[in-house]
Amino acid sequence: MRYFTEDHEWIEVDGQIGTVGISDYAQSQLGDIVFVDVPADGRQLAKGDEAAVVESVKAASDVYSPVSGAVLEGNPALSDSPDLVNSDAEGEGWFFRITLSDEAELDSLMDEAAYEAFVAKL
Amino acid sequence: MTDPQTELNVEDAPEGVEEPQILPLDAWHRARGGRMVPFAGYLMPVQYEGIMAEHLWTRESAGLFDVSHMGQLVFTHDGDIATVVRALESVLPGDVAGLGDGRMRYSLLLNEEGGILDDLMVTRRGSEIYMVVNGATKYDDIGHLLDALPDDVTMNLQDEQALLAVQGPKAVDALARLVPGVEALVFMTAGAFDWNGHALWISRSGYTGEDGFEVSIPAEAAAAFADALCAEPEVKPIGLGARDSLRLEAGLPLYGHDLDPETTPVMADLGFALSKRRREAADFAGAQRILAEREAGPAVKRVGLLVTGRQPVREGASVVAEDGAVIGRVTSGGFAPTLGAAIAMAYVPAELAAPGSGVRLVQRGKVHEATVAAMPFVPHRYVRASASPQTPSKAGA
Repeated sequence: MRYFTEDHEWIEVDGQIGTVGISDYAQSQLGDIVFVDVPADGRQLAKGDEAAVVESVKAASDVYSPVSGAVLEGNPALSDSPDLVNSDAEGEGWFFRITLSDEAELDSLMDEAAYEAFVAKL
Repeated sequence: MTDPQTELNVEDAPEGVEEPQILPLDAWHRARGGRMVPFAGYLMPVQYEGIMAEHLWTRESAGLFDVSHMGQLVFTHDGDIATVVRALESVLPGDVAGLGDGRMRYSLLLNEEGGILDDLMVTRRGSEIYMVVNGATKYDDIGHLLDALPDDVTMNLQDEQALLAVQGPKAVDALARLVPGVEALVFMTAGAFDWNGHALWISRSGYTGEDGFEVSIPAEAAAAFADALCAEPEVKPIGLGARDSLRLEAGLPLYGHDLDPETTPVMADLGFALSKRRREAADFAGAQRILAEREAGPAVKRVGLLVTGRQPVREGASVVAEDGAVIGRVTSGGFAPTLGAAIAMAYVPAELAAPGSGVRLVQRGKVHEATVAAMPFVPHRYVRASASPQTPSKAGA
């Protein structure tokens, strides 16, 4: 099951494990991505914490964690190929994986249809 | 994620200007997919297809830039150029008198303390002087010039003229097809041309480090001319984002960021703008301080930095000493598409200003290492009087 935030992060949840990235809409707004700073393994994140930094040619943006939990790993491919976020934001361009500490937090997020409707109004 | 739009809106609106103004090519940019943002008090295209692609296209082919926000000023005195020249030399440190007809030079508007109020291009055009100043500062410049110049020198802001830049190694091929004769210009010369009955003033100059031209054209003809240029296979429209990354790679300072009233030409490493005759006469605004600083060496100096790692270090980051004390500041920075590396401009203490010196930067609490590098970061490819035009392969070798 995949959820989205109003800040344009997505999280794909499989059991206790979530994979987090930014939406295709977000990457299109950022433009050419040249650097991604992903969180360290084991870092404890609360929902809404600044978890990662994504830099385009023009600007730096913080990426917030959509849920609370412990970081399992950052995406190692992004250090050499940050452009994966442009080419496949909701797939190969994922940012980090996290062990959820409170699955109830997912209830406040949008599903894919709700997120599409949200973006359509922007 | 923080909203990237808010960070793309690099606002340099002059004081007192509330709503962004609309430029003559506004509809033209929107029709071509330009993403419009407020800049220097105007709505301008930050990008079309993407900053990286536009940047690289300009370096290998040619890009069209709308720079109509810049101020085009004409100074006259009843056909008497000598009076105009004398008046302008009281506010600029450059040799204006020595400019032949159709010749131009880079100069600086200085305050009495030698601080930089603006950087600009000044051109001798028959019995008048044509000047191009920055968009964000043009109204302040006009106020300063009205105070500083004698009443009998007339200053006209040509706000009915658009200004388009065509930049890149193939700019000459595309522009010469529309306007035969421009290929005879060399770097920092200009002349009058005609296109479909419209009077053009064209200089071989620009802000990318590439060969190229800047075209002053009546606003009502600008969209048709832009269409004609972009119909040439070499030319695509390029936004402000790539204009900034191109000028940064070329080592060219941006007023309001790398230059401001607190910086002098010596600190900014723009000593070439202080013409020899003017230094010897010491008769320009701030001359005493500037010449003393030139003799003794500045305490801080503008340098280029190659940043270790890929993460851009941008304007506002600090230069710090080993003990963490702030000793300088980054005034421009970003990712250099041509180099595939992070680069910056910064003011650092003179003892750290030599190429090869290591400096430490702090941005949002994170430490970055950097090395002082000679500028330009990417070699200039201007077509000068003595040199034959270079092909990209030769220039890159």
